[in-house]
Amino acid sequence: MRDIDMDRMMGRLLQVGVLVAAAVVLLGGTGYLFRHYGEVPDYRHFHPVPLALDGLLEFRARSVIQLGVLLMIATPVLRVAFCIFAFAIERDWQYTVISAIVLCVLMYGIFGSH
Amino acid sequence: MNVASLSSLVFAGSVAAGFLGSLTGLGGGVVIVPLLTLAFGVDLHYAIGASLVSVIATSSGAAASYVRDGYSNVRIGLFLEIATTSGALLGASLVSRVPTSTIAIIFGAVLLYSAISSPPRDAVAKGGTPNTLAQWLRLNGSYPTAGGPTKYAVRRIPLGFATMVGAGTLSGLLGIGSGAMKVLAMDRAMGIPFKVSTTTSNFMIGVTAAASAGIYLARGYIDPGLAMPVMLGVLGGALLGARVLARARVRVLRNAFRGALLVLAAEMIYNGLVGKV
Repeated sequence: MRDIDMDRMMGRLLQVGVLVAAAVVLLGGTGYLFRHYGEVPDYRHFHPVPLALDGLLEFRARSVIQLGVLLMIATPVLRVAFCIFAFAIERDWQYTVISAIVLCVLMYGIFGSH
Repeated sequence: MNVASLSSLVFAGSVAAGFLGSLTGLGGGVVIVPLLTLAFGVDLHYAIGASLVSVIATSSGAAASYVRDGYSNVRIGLFLEIATTSGALLGASLVSRVPTSTIAIIFGAVLLYSAISSPPRDAVAKGGTPNTLAQWLRLNGSYPTAGGPTKYAVRRIPLGFATMVGAGTLSGLLGIGSGAMKVLAMDRAMGIPFKVSTTTSNFMIGVTAAASAGIYLARGYIDPGLAMPVMLGVLGGALLGARVLARARVRVLRNAFRGALLVLAAEMIYNGLVGKV
């Protein structure tokens, strides 16, 4: 696989990921506006927002938006994972390792801080 | 203000930010935080959380149109992402330890820099002496120009790498893409041609932001109700901006946008100094 083909596949992957994530956020956002449009949110004072994906089962609008946000975050992470795979196929071990290091840092940020 | 009117106003502001940011090349994410904190009185933590998600969206969304031209360099991007993602983890973990007013002042300083820094000229590739580290990492490449593929050599890699750690830290601390600083590292320090550095930096912005996004989520900075209109607005505006880019006369617009950034920078710094954030 030439570098430029790899670039193109990655570009396509990112575009699809963004579109799917944006569609999920739009879906959740529509539900959110529909159910909460008259409420007055307090964004002036900071209260940590918990990640509540269990609300997906009852189609809670805020949980659906959170799922979309997670998909958005996952898109560039997938791109890096794809690089590991693509460089390994090329037997380019140096860049397989470099991509793996980047993925480890990303994983630490996502899972290590909880 | 209720959810309906707040969401529509934030959405409209985000579309404008994304549109102007992509049209002028100055980036839209950088105005989201001042917009939310100054105009809507949103707490800084929620503002940087919403901004960071929109940064990932625009970076990934624009990638496909950039790679088609064959300018970006995957190896340079991945190698420097080790620096930017590590910096991003540091920056994101600093948010809860640094006083909000200090973050506002740093934000103002970065805005000020974005407003006054001149975009690098579309220069021809700089030659430079052969660099053993660049050869070992196979960072040197070529890019298409009017006169056929032009080769470029990468230099001063440790300096570029260190600057990238700084760019990542700012990205994680402020919820921005810090594209201006990434281009600075690649263009000024490492001698990478402008078109290669801007497109490669665009790739790196999303990966860098993803590193701190996990920490933001865990600390509860990302409010779904606020992130939704910001993310969809900035993404829509940026895609729209990329479409009209070819036909637009951007110089007047760019100067106007620079002026707006200056005003926002002054206001952020002032609010930080008097502790109003």
